[in-house]
Amino acid sequence: MSLDKTLLSMDELLKLPREKHFITGAQAMSEAVKRSSTDMAIAYPITPQSEVMHLVGDIFAQGHIKEYYRAEEELGTMSAIAGAARGGVRMFTATSGPGLLRGLEAIVSWPGHRIPCVLGVLTRVINAPLSIQPDNLEMAYLMHSGIVMLHAENQQDTFDFTLAAFAITEKVDVYIPVSVSTEGFFVTHAKGYVEMMDEKYAFEECDPYKAPVPAMDNEVPPARIQRDAPVQKSNFMSYLIHSVWQQEIWDSNQRAMKYMYQYIDGPIEVQNPGSDVMLVASGCAAAQAREAHRYAQEEGLSVGFVKVKCIRPWPTDEIREALKTAKTVIVPEHNIVGWLCKEIKGCIPNGGIVLEGPRVYGGMTLPVELIMTEIYNALGMDSLVLQA
Amino acid sequence: MQKKIDVGPVGYMPQSAPMMGVELSPEGKALLYGNVVSEDEAMRDAAKALLTMQNPTIFPGPMVLWDWKDDVADKSAAILELASEIPNCKIIPMPDYRPKYPKIDVKAEINPNHPNLTILDNKIKACVFIGVHCHYANLTLRMIRAGTDCYTVAMCAEMGHEEAMASIRDVHASDVLKFRDILVEVRKELGIEHTATMPPENPSLPKEDWGDLTPADYGEYRSLIMSRKGEHVAEVE
Repeated sequence: MSLDKTLLSMDELLKLPREKHFITGAQAMSEAVKRSSTDMAIAYPITPQSEVMHLVGDIFAQGHIKEYYRAEEELGTMSAIAGAARGGVRMFTATSGPGLLRGLEAIVSWPGHRIPCVLGVLTRVINAPLSIQPDNLEMAYLMHSGIVMLHAENQQDTFDFTLAAFAITEKVDVYIPVSVSTEGFFVTHAKGYVEMMDEKYAFEECDPYKAPVPAMDNEVPPARIQRDAPVQKSNFMSYLIHSVWQQEIWDSNQRAMKYMYQYIDGPIEVQNPGSDVMLVASGCAAAQAREAHRYAQEEGLSVGFVKVKCIRPWPTDEIREALKTAKTVIVPEHNIVGWLCKEIKGCIPNGGIVLEGPRVYGGMTLPVELIMTEIYNALGMDSLVLQA
Repeated sequence: MQKKIDVGPVGYMPQSAPMMGVELSPEGKALLYGNVVSEDEAMRDAAKALLTMQNPTIFPGPMVLWDWKDDVADKSAAILELASEIPNCKIIPMPDYRPKYPKIDVKAEINPNHPNLTILDNKIKACVFIGVHCHYANLTLRMIRAGTDCYTVAMCAEMGHEEAMASIRDVHASDVLKFRDILVEVRKELGIEHTATMPPENPSLPKEDWGDLTPADYGEYRSLIMSRKGEHVAEVE
């Protein structure tokens, strides 16, 4: 670290007094990187991520991170991230929609290679026709990659989750990448209040030797690691090592759950448990669901709210507990496939109570009225009359 | 005690211990058959296994085989002392993590990509892993539980291992010596008479003679030590 900073453990850092700032989500992410003692950032620009990585370039110029370069495209970016991380340095990158999918071949190899790094995902439409608008369908492609996935509701979450991600990814019992997603434009380019500790404090630097795999050092055996892929052979032993290796990735993912309680106050937030209708949402949709919940409280309706902060590891037990007495579950989402809805249906014993939607996509906003209509319908009320 | 994790063979494609609900022990505690217990309780059970089961073996990994940081030599010396107190104890190293092709010498080493071969060939029924990086230790312990009837002890410098029958965490040289003391105590309780002796030389390992070392002896690492044409390397780090 070229600047004279006070380095602290993540627990100490999170306890420091904070000041309130009015900044964009992109600024919030780069402010978290500023306090993370990141050694190196690599990225290829794509809207709406460009704002984040431009700001990370600024903090590099200010001396908060040691090295930064623009790669030639995303597959190269993500491959370089892997190499540098295995060399023993702390890494950050970010991307959006099509960029994420272009880099996906390398990204899905990160957990198996035990790459600790933080990946910002500033969501964007991925399908044709071309669009740069927010839509979080790309997160569905990350859900089976093995990486830990956090989903930020607003600018404050974006700061908090990004900072926490640097601690979680380097835990020796986790040591797989952590992604922090939030909706492009709705969060990245909009301002909100963010409480932050002074930038003279930063997370302690990474110790590459406190790792479940050896940091790559060509002068110290074993120098060759994954290149010696045992799985490239066709025999039972090769299949067996690959199967236990895959198990280890998902075990590592599961072990991250305790750190959700340590650093982000649990994987979910619950308000009014035991209500007849429960709204369950993540990311930006949680902000709209929160507002619909507030409306419902004002109207005296039996409506509760669950915000899912952590998509992987999936908080099965917590969701089951939160929804155990619900009669109807409404899942507002910013994508067409309803990946959150499918997860919730799959993890509770009575999945039939989960409604499909409401969903918006292609950059459409998610009006609170859309969620209120579903609430009125679920409670057997005449929504058109009520909303009028 | 309900044994959440037990000696195998568990079968063809067993569920991993973490997915069965086993969680790593908190600081100051240990795991025994997947349950959180005191360190002493886990060490006593592990000691009994090493004293009563066939062909007890210690598998030291790279982190205690190379003198790469301050406390390693002390820990390695402690491991030798532990081995000397276990009757008929063998030491078989896990020097690195590369799969061994075309064939591993199962008398000479163990490898995380096919650890069951060494366990089965040597008929090892109880073993200790120490100094193995956690990722590779987890793979190894899971494969042993899947395909062998070996009792596994993990002595981990970090947070321990769910797959081992007994898992001790945050292990330093002093913890290895504590385990040795507990083992001696259990040995006396069991009425086993033994005079501490260092394990015999492994006959499968080539005799070490560094006097006539040539670059060819470095095999695949040769390029790392050979100087470029015209370059004179006076000293190395």
